Amino acid sequence: MRIVVAMSGGVDSSAVAGLLHEQGHEVIGVTLQLYDHGAATGRKGACCAGQDIHDARRVADRLGISHYVIDAEERFAKAVIAGFADSYANGETPVPCITCNQTVKFADLSVLARDLGAERLATGHYVRRLDGPDGAELHRAVDPARDQSWFLFATTRQQLDMCLFPLGGMEDKRAVRDVAQRLGLGVAEKPDSQDICFVPAGSYADIIGKIRPDALEAGQIVTADGRVVGSHDGIARYTVGQGKRLGDAAMLDGQRQVVISTEPGRRRVVVGPRGTGTRMMTLRDVNWLIPAPAQDLRCAVKLRAREEPRAAIVRIDSGLTTVVLDEPALPAPGQACVFYLEERILGGGIINRSVV
Amino acid sequence: MHETHYFDANASQKLCPAARDAILLAFEAVGNPSSVHRPGRTVRRIMEDARDVIANGFGLQSQDLVFTSGGTEADATAIHAMSVGRRLIISAIEHDAVRSAATGAVIVPVGRNGIADMEALETLLSDGNPSLVCLMLANNETGVVQPVEQAAALCRRYGALLHVDAVQAAGRIPVRLDLLGAHSLAISSHKLGGPAGVGALLLAPDAPFTAPLVSGGGQERGRRGGTPPVALIAGFAAAVLAGQAADQQRIATLRDAAERAALACGAVVCGDPEHRLPNTSCIALPGVAAGVQVIALDLEGIAVSAGAACSSGKVQTSHVLQAMGLGTLAGEAIRVSLPWNVMEADIDAFAIAYRRVADRLRPTLVQGHARS
Repeated sequence: MRIVVAMSGGVDSSAVAGLLHEQGHEVIGVTLQLYDHGAATGRKGACCAGQDIHDARRVADRLGISHYVIDAEERFAKAVIAGFADSYANGETPVPCITCNQTVKFADLSVLARDLGAERLATGHYVRRLDGPDGAELHRAVDPARDQSWFLFATTRQQLDMCLFPLGGMEDKRAVRDVAQRLGLGVAEKPDSQDICFVPAGSYADIIGKIRPDALEAGQIVTADGRVVGSHDGIARYTVGQGKRLGDAAMLDGQRQVVISTEPGRRRVVVGPRGTGTRMMTLRDVNWLIPAPAQDLRCAVKLRAREEPRAAIVRIDSGLTTVVLDEPALPAPGQACVFYLEERILGGGIINRSVV
Repeated sequence: MHETHYFDANASQKLCPAARDAILLAFEAVGNPSSVHRPGRTVRRIMEDARDVIANGFGLQSQDLVFTSGGTEADATAIHAMSVGRRLIISAIEHDAVRSAATGAVIVPVGRNGIADMEALETLLSDGNPSLVCLMLANNETGVVQPVEQAAALCRRYGALLHVDAVQAAGRIPVRLDLLGAHSLAISSHKLGGPAGVGALLLAPDAPFTAPLVSGGGQERGRRGGTPPVALIAGFAAAVLAGQAADQQRIATLRDAAERAALACGAVVCGDPEHRLPNTSCIALPGVAAGVQVIALDLEGIAVSAGAACSSGKVQTSHVLQAMGLGTLAGEAIRVSLPWNVMEADIDAFAIAYRRVADRLRPTLVQGHARS
């Protein structure tokens, strides 16, 4: 069948293109140009496309498949980068990869795939799509070290129906590299990409500063009862749960302190003793991969990309989705709370600032 | 895999047989045209014969033709050599070869028909400031032919210089520098059926030439340094000769047939249909992104293009169509440009593929008003 493969130029999506091509499918490689690479790296004269697009094209050449570069710069700037900066300015810690998956990758590419007469959209994500009694289900990858299901909770059921994730069943990354090696792909030993793709060398504050300079204005560090215990250089540099960058406020009254919330309006960072936590949070932008439950749903939730699931109850009350954790934790607003039932992803949402 | 039907002549087109023969023959020769010895003289003769053919074909003397690496270098050389002490004025639809060389230029607008506004040009020139004007002879995206003779007359009246990018026009309509009245003309070999990698800057006898871009060993009478690619130049000349004998009416008839097929699917043609190159059509499918049309057609074996592809291959919204005030349509138009070797079967294949793609990409619109 005709399959569109989202090719980033990395080893994972390259191996996907190679595997599907090897299985005899008509593979169409598509690479999204998300931002001006030359501008992002600040290298004068660097091509707007960068090495990754070049690599994707060379893989397509090697496989002998069609390959196209789609200009998604404007869409990415509006849907992902602007929201990224706004979220920080609102005292949150956003996950741009989730927004990107939700908009540019799965929404736009599944439309493109249909426009091109393709039956499936395949990506190099480490998740499994299984056919269940009620349609497609999303499950964690076989390799827990690589599992990316937390980043994909916002995929709609309709999109999921169309998706293929050939790497979800791979034993580990080495196995994927071996596939690329066997198919003669030049990217077989290419290093994994790091952090956020549009942030050069991890200086995300520079990007936020350009779009929302207010998020980098200096302010006070205070305790929950309003005592001023230090100063900071922009709330965008602080995430709930963080213990670094607190200066003298890192240790108060003999107790190690962490950020427990930020107050964007007053430009304040609020600290509290480590171990402070809450059991309740509300979510927005909730997506269900099962029919939305009518009663309390007991499941496990993950509040960060890399953490063990924790027991919780998810409750929908007059349209508002609330999560009650069994044990207190420090959910960071802007991050995702994703619901699991063992290996299966049931849904998730973005954690609101107003932690109850 | 489909057979490919090629409709992107304005990007590049197949080498014509005469050019191929001339290149292979010239590659047999050894030597550098600057050398004193007999082998050097042999290749020099090949190059000068070619220069005579091309110069004659475009209405000028051989000594006024400078070989370059292509159209881009010819444009850049003209602007570099003729703009000293002059204000730059360019049309809004110039190719990037001109736009990037003419930094800080004043822009002459174009109408919705894709034709540069001569009244606006006259208004600019009437202040009498020394100027270099750049106006292309035919646009690469719409094929619309510009009023270059009129612009030349205006330039001469107000003491300005006129450089003409004739890269797309050369080989498709008669082009004579002497009749146009411009000061210089840029042409490219591979757009007219010759090999890529060579082009020429044609200079009118009264054109100033301050300094070359690359001086090197003083080749081309000090106007372009570097050893010329003699075999490519021989192929260039052969293609110019072959182009003079080509039946452009045949091409125009086939182009019109392709256009009718697209119009029947709800497409619209951009640019003045009466003043166009015979091989070019700029066709918009309302509501469908140009990039998607190009990909969908490619998957059907139809090679067309949209806008100006940058080196990454991503499709950018056309500055030409934007300048024409086409709004969202500017991002929904593809360029269909017929090569010298196009056949009727290619047009049939285009019509079938276009219908299939249009039906898939805009099913609701096709059933609605667009078809009525």
